[in-house]
Amino acid sequence: MSVSPNLIECTGVSKLYRMGDQEVSAARDVTLSIARGEYVAVMGPSGSGKSTFMNLIGALDVPTSGHIRVAGKDLGELDGNALAQLRNETIGFVFQQFNLLARTSALQNVMLPLSYCRPQRADAEDRARRSLERVGLADRMQHVSSQLSGGQQQRVAIARALVNDPALLLADEPTGALDSATAEELMKLLEELNRSGLTIVLVTHDPEVAASARRQIRFKDGKVLSDTLTGGNS
Amino acid sequence: MTFIQHLATALTALRLNLVRSILTTLGVIIGVASLIIMVSIGAGAQSAIDKQIASLGTNMLQIQSGPANMGGGRRDAVGAAQSLTERDIRALREQVPAIVAIAGQLSANAPLVYGNANWTTQVQGVGAEFLEIRDWPLVAGRGLEPSDMTVGAKVAIVGQTVVREVFDGVDPIGAELRIRNVPFVVIGVLAAKGQAGFGRDQDDVVLVPLAAARARLQGGRARSAPDAVQQIYVELASSKELFNAATDIEDVLRARRQLDPTDQAPFSVRNTAELVRTRTEAQATMAFLLGATSVISLIVGGIGIMNIMLVSVTERTREIGLRMAVGARKSDILMQFLIETVTLCLIGGALGIVAGVGGAYIIAALADWPILLRAETVAIGILASVVVGVLFGILPSRRAASLNPIEALRHE
Repeated sequence: MSVSPNLIECTGVSKLYRMGDQEVSAARDVTLSIARGEYVAVMGPSGSGKSTFMNLIGALDVPTSGHIRVAGKDLGELDGNALAQLRNETIGFVFQQFNLLARTSALQNVMLPLSYCRPQRADAEDRARRSLERVGLADRMQHVSSQLSGGQQQRVAIARALVNDPALLLADEPTGALDSATAEELMKLLEELNRSGLTIVLVTHDPEVAASARRQIRFKDGKVLSDTLTGGNS
Repeated sequence: MTFIQHLATALTALRLNLVRSILTTLGVIIGVASLIIMVSIGAGAQSAIDKQIASLGTNMLQIQSGPANMGGGRRDAVGAAQSLTERDIRALREQVPAIVAIAGQLSANAPLVYGNANWTTQVQGVGAEFLEIRDWPLVAGRGLEPSDMTVGAKVAIVGQTVVREVFDGVDPIGAELRIRNVPFVVIGVLAAKGQAGFGRDQDDVVLVPLAAARARLQGGRARSAPDAVQQIYVELASSKELFNAATDIEDVLRARRQLDPTDQAPFSVRNTAELVRTRTEAQATMAFLLGATSVISLIVGGIGIMNIMLVSVTERTREIGLRMAVGARKSDILMQFLIETVTLCLIGGALGIVAGVGGAYIIAALADWPILLRAETVAIGILASVVVGVLFGILPSRRAASLNPIEALRHE
């Protein structure tokens, strides 16, 4: 097996959904690759297929045709448990709505992915603490979600995504629920993480947010409309 | 995820909805409680019956005045048809070789007076072999001898309850006890026998010779023969002869009365096994009804729990989606909700066991029923809760595990 520098390789990926008696194409013959260490913004209007692309490379969904390789593994060849393991070990998710467990401390939230590790990690709590320190929440570990601001909650979510040292961070509109000042701080955090070697794929419709990435992929009607490299903001 | 982690997750989830969790388990609480009460009553009744068999002896027959199928038991009032006589007893002793001991019995409630103590009890006039047949030992004094079987022998043997209520610490042997104003000398004290089925106190009794009872306590009874008895107790050489001997006895008594085979006999022959069987059937019916109640409430409780877990799965759809996104397998989600349901049922079961044990003791105290609480009973309660939890947890857990993570994450 050849070692590829690419973390993600999509070849001829299509995804059809049935909506009633209509077939909707959410991805049409998408072929692209993302190398390790890249910082990619995926853009496009709603319905353009950017979320589908995100779900496909996040191993949450399977394509109707075509192949997706993530970290050298062909997702089409993995069963449900192997996909779960891939999500657990290789991919970190950050969502627009944070998706923290209610009435649960930041530390417990961050430890959640570790509880699904096989075998169990003995240093789960230490890892979670380090991860929270990394996002600047060392003094908020025992706070529950409702005691944290939106920006802090999203940082907890990022700490949770990072706790298992993933190769890929997938962020779906991570600033969508934040005010602009907080959003800016969060984007700085993502840039820092990318500089430390983490591959980041960010879905957004906000050009300012997308501008911080070094590569922008635009989707329209399930197809890649443009794929441009920029220097990023930094 | 380890089992402990699943359990911790389940407890956290249940604690976050504490009131709902407890209300949800009410059905299981009631189901397990009635299960415990049922089994305890059943076991108590069974052990009372076993004790009774032991105390009556299995090789004993009772011949009772009055036709069969009158509802059983020795409830006939004095003066009710006393169709059996001492002549019958003599005939049986001569003609049925399986009989090793035989004694007639008459009983009546009568007031006792000793000193300042008043007490009304069952006074039984019995034949000399009565105590041997009933296998009833004495703790003091002597039993009845054949020489006591004369009209003039005014001697009495008292039961433990009478000793306690009437003599109050005084040695009863030799005391003069007035029974319906007739002085009797106490010659013996019976050993404690305990309760018969359904709480009748067998120790609340005074035994006197049959002849004395008939003459002194019963008064003239024109309707009955002068040597009438209410019941005849028969001891057989062995329990193997129960059925043959019962037939022989019936034949002898019918022949003496010149009855046609189709006539209904004015007496009935019962063996203890038959008595016990009747009682066991009654207990089984009661146990069945209680069992049905507890099964129904467990099912209803299980459906309630299933409902609330389905609601919980819907409410926590996003949580489930998130867990899947961060690496939970379908089996992890399945186990999470299954363990949560079983935990909920076990909490209900534990509360039900507490309520059931309490309820069993309250029923024992109020209804004066014998109750037997065994460790197995508690184990059955726990097992029932687990079974209900697994059975009714499967559907919600499978629904949770089969959620599509993308749709679950989008769920509002």
